[in-house]
Amino acid sequence: MHQLTIAELLKGLDSKAFSSVELTQHYLDRIKQLDGNYNSYITVTAEQALAQAQAADQARSQGEHALLSGIPIAHKDIFCTSGVKTSCGSKMLDNFIAPYDATVIEKFQQAGAVSLGKTNMDEFAMGSSNESSFYGPVKNPWNTDTVPGGSSGGSAAAVAAQLAPAATGTDTGGSIRQPAALCGITGLKPTYGRVSRFGMIAFASSLDQAGPMTRSAEDAALLMNVMAGLDEKDSTSADKAVPDYCADLNQDLTGMTIGLPKEYFGKGLNAEIEHSVQAAIKEYENLGATVKEISLPHTELAVPCYYIIAPSEASANLSRFDGVRYGYRCEDPEDLYDLYTRSRAEGFGDEVKRRILVGTYALSAGFYDAYYKKAQQIRRLIKNDFVNAFKEVDIIMGPTTPNPAFNLGEKSNDPVTMYLEDIYTLSVNLAGLPGMSIPAGFADNKPTGLQLIGNYFEEARLLNAAHRFQLATDWHQQTPSGL
Amino acid sequence: MEWETVIGLEVHVQLATQSKIFSGSSTAFGASPNSQASAIDLALPGTLPVVNEQAMHYAIMFGLAIGADINQRSIFDRKNYFYPDLPKGYQTTQMDEPIVGAGAVEIQLADGSHKTIRIHHAHLEEDAGKSVHDLFPTQSGIDLNRAGTPLIEIVSEPDMRSSEEAVAFAKKLHSIVTSLGISDGDMSQGSMRFDVNVSIRPKGEDKLGTRTETKNLNSFRFMEQAIHKEVERQIDLLEYGEEVLQETRLYNADTGEARSMRSKEEANDYRYFPCPDLLPVEISNETIEAIRARLPELPDARQARFVASYGLSEYDASILGGERDTAEYFESVTQHCGDAKLAANWVSGELSARLNNEELSISHSPVSAEALAGLIKRIKDNTISGKIAKQVFEAMWQGEGDADNVIEAKGLKQVSDTGALEKIVDEVLAQNPAGVAQYKEADDKKRKKLLGGFMGPIMKATKGQANPGMVNQILAKKLNQ
Repeated sequence: MHQLTIAELLKGLDSKAFSSVELTQHYLDRIKQLDGNYNSYITVTAEQALAQAQAADQARSQGEHALLSGIPIAHKDIFCTSGVKTSCGSKMLDNFIAPYDATVIEKFQQAGAVSLGKTNMDEFAMGSSNESSFYGPVKNPWNTDTVPGGSSGGSAAAVAAQLAPAATGTDTGGSIRQPAALCGITGLKPTYGRVSRFGMIAFASSLDQAGPMTRSAEDAALLMNVMAGLDEKDSTSADKAVPDYCADLNQDLTGMTIGLPKEYFGKGLNAEIEHSVQAAIKEYENLGATVKEISLPHTELAVPCYYIIAPSEASANLSRFDGVRYGYRCEDPEDLYDLYTRSRAEGFGDEVKRRILVGTYALSAGFYDAYYKKAQQIRRLIKNDFVNAFKEVDIIMGPTTPNPAFNLGEKSNDPVTMYLEDIYTLSVNLAGLPGMSIPAGFADNKPTGLQLIGNYFEEARLLNAAHRFQLATDWHQQTPSGL
Repeated sequence: MEWETVIGLEVHVQLATQSKIFSGSSTAFGASPNSQASAIDLALPGTLPVVNEQAMHYAIMFGLAIGADINQRSIFDRKNYFYPDLPKGYQTTQMDEPIVGAGAVEIQLADGSHKTIRIHHAHLEEDAGKSVHDLFPTQSGIDLNRAGTPLIEIVSEPDMRSSEEAVAFAKKLHSIVTSLGISDGDMSQGSMRFDVNVSIRPKGEDKLGTRTETKNLNSFRFMEQAIHKEVERQIDLLEYGEEVLQETRLYNADTGEARSMRSKEEANDYRYFPCPDLLPVEISNETIEAIRARLPELPDARQARFVASYGLSEYDASILGGERDTAEYFESVTQHCGDAKLAANWVSGELSARLNNEELSISHSPVSAEALAGLIKRIKDNTISGKIAKQVFEAMWQGEGDADNVIEAKGLKQVSDTGALEKIVDEVLAQNPAGVAQYKEADDKKRKKLLGGFMGPIMKATKGQANPGMVNQILAKKLNQ
């Protein structure tokens, strides 16, 4: 059962080959048995999952067919889940039981999905290796000496290790696409505003976006049908009609123009990854697409730009974690100042502190213009690069990451090298565009990702291109050994 | 040396919306602590703000009322600082692109002169919660009911030159926001709060002196006191060759003293930046025009109307037309009694003195407009004299019934019976033959005065209930015989 995609599981449930309770129990057993190797879950909600599965089975027997009725899903521990610990990977929220559901969680519930639990992640989604989690690093199921990527590393590993048929993730600078690439799964970061951010613990509000992490493009489309849409509780969510993302999956790719940004194939790109991306592009040409070299001239500014804007927003977003109302509070505070400083010093990890400091500095009087304001101007230039490119091409492709999964501990003491792992993904968030990573081969026996970038709200086109590729290739069907 | 005072005001006005500026929680005053604090007000992780459209409309109404430009695109910013009553660790406010641009209001001073006070801008922001220090012996409590209550902050130019002007300006703003119905203006509940920027300079000097900001003033009286004290303090400093330091001062209403809260060097760096959770607020021309079309009557227009249609003096019109509640009360009395002049005298005289005495607002007056009109009618139809009316009013204030009940119960009806009055007049004249003789010898001018001398004993004999007009006639008739 754990080898089936969601599309296949839905057929199995429909045909009564198995029940949701059986399916859910199967996954719970696998988690119990195997997750010790990967540490992909922070919290497993077995009881609740079985109750939801039972309800789904009953609904199905009465002829009700919600979109994902009875399908088990894992949620990144960044989404507030009523009555369940929502830690965001931090000691700060280790004791936080959310009193409400995030909109994304609510939507999955309405769609009849079963929640298996909450997946591990970099603390407050800050990281590219899942090593900054208070709950310990997640291990890449393809090679447990290596990182799964981050920050949605728990979700990626859970899907790759078949400990969940699919999972939710969030992507602020590549946090869905990079772990998807490193773990050999499919991940989609929708257009900014396509999926509600309400109840998703904020890292950088103007960049954060939730999306699906799945075994196939088709499954990603199924999840997008549940997740996407306007939310009146989120002022930045888009008031734009939601298409049926499954409708155009099979559309022919003849005549589609693919843009290859020359800046994505330069220095620093692993040769095997480059090779796998070129092979994937060849495959697209076979499918009828034409290829065109394009330029995104401000690409190299994406990393510095991102590392001003994201920490600046984070420095304010994380101010609420002050030990006053919820979350971690230091022992026996002497006074208010002591309560604040010690709660935050003890409750946050190093990477979070580093970013709060950077952001606070960038917003300070006298530095604002040189850093934050300048970064916003660069952000516009980066966006314009894409706007211009999409006048010529339908879709942009390139590598998701410059390197395959690196070893645990290898880069954790060198933040700048770690930040450079996100070089191809960051600009997509800065521009607010939809981006996707799909498995495209192997480098050093580790999965590699092909990144697809679409124009605003063209998730359906990305899913269509990804699905056609997956019909023609079997990279997405490869699984780690030992499962 | 002669000094000139320069004053600028920052005025926080709580908007009378049903719900908070970024959440659906109620804004009602006085609920039990934290009963009106939702997940959003508590700044629980993952929560997001959504702007209350009514608050924006109220801000636009204020802008239109002061002739300001309404910025069709305005931005919410985050002002970062840590404080327990500020749940998010930042206040959502507007910094560089506020909703209301430059405008002006005209104030009238006691000598009847007028002056224009320019307003730099007005912006929308959220109120903070309250820290409660006196409830628990060793801990402070936090009540977040007020957190997120919508405010407009009105920032004036430094155009005021005395505490009188500052108070007149503050009162004018109060009358504008209450007339618009965008705030209840209830100062005792903190609906309007003032920060006062004060500096002094030698008279004739153009350059502004170093200013201080005194915060936390929540009544006109406190503001006036605080300005006086601060001006004195600054004059003392400068005259003794010392410097005024740029600082923020905190006024303590209990002691009437202000103390330095922080100096310029200690000032917070608030690290303002645009709030990424809120899109820029876009307001169409149509929305602005629709709001303009629905604007209620403003104090200036109302005062002009009171002069034109009720024949009030400009002074009376400013007293009665400034505040909406007072204006509505006055117009209701006038409507019911049919005499604007008497209505004006009673509302601005007896009634307002009594209200001031008991620190009551006119909307809480124990004597309703209709009841007061009933009293005035009895003056007009000579049932009682103006003097007796004050006695009746006092009884009405004490809840002893309407004018007719009181007059009846206390037997205060004016004696207008000619026969009865003639009898009393005869008795009084008979008791004072010397006075009568003096009268008969006097010239016309003196006679008028002497006539008044008989009035006292007559009123005494009738317990003040004699119809004074009739007594005058009878007296004149009898004495001239």
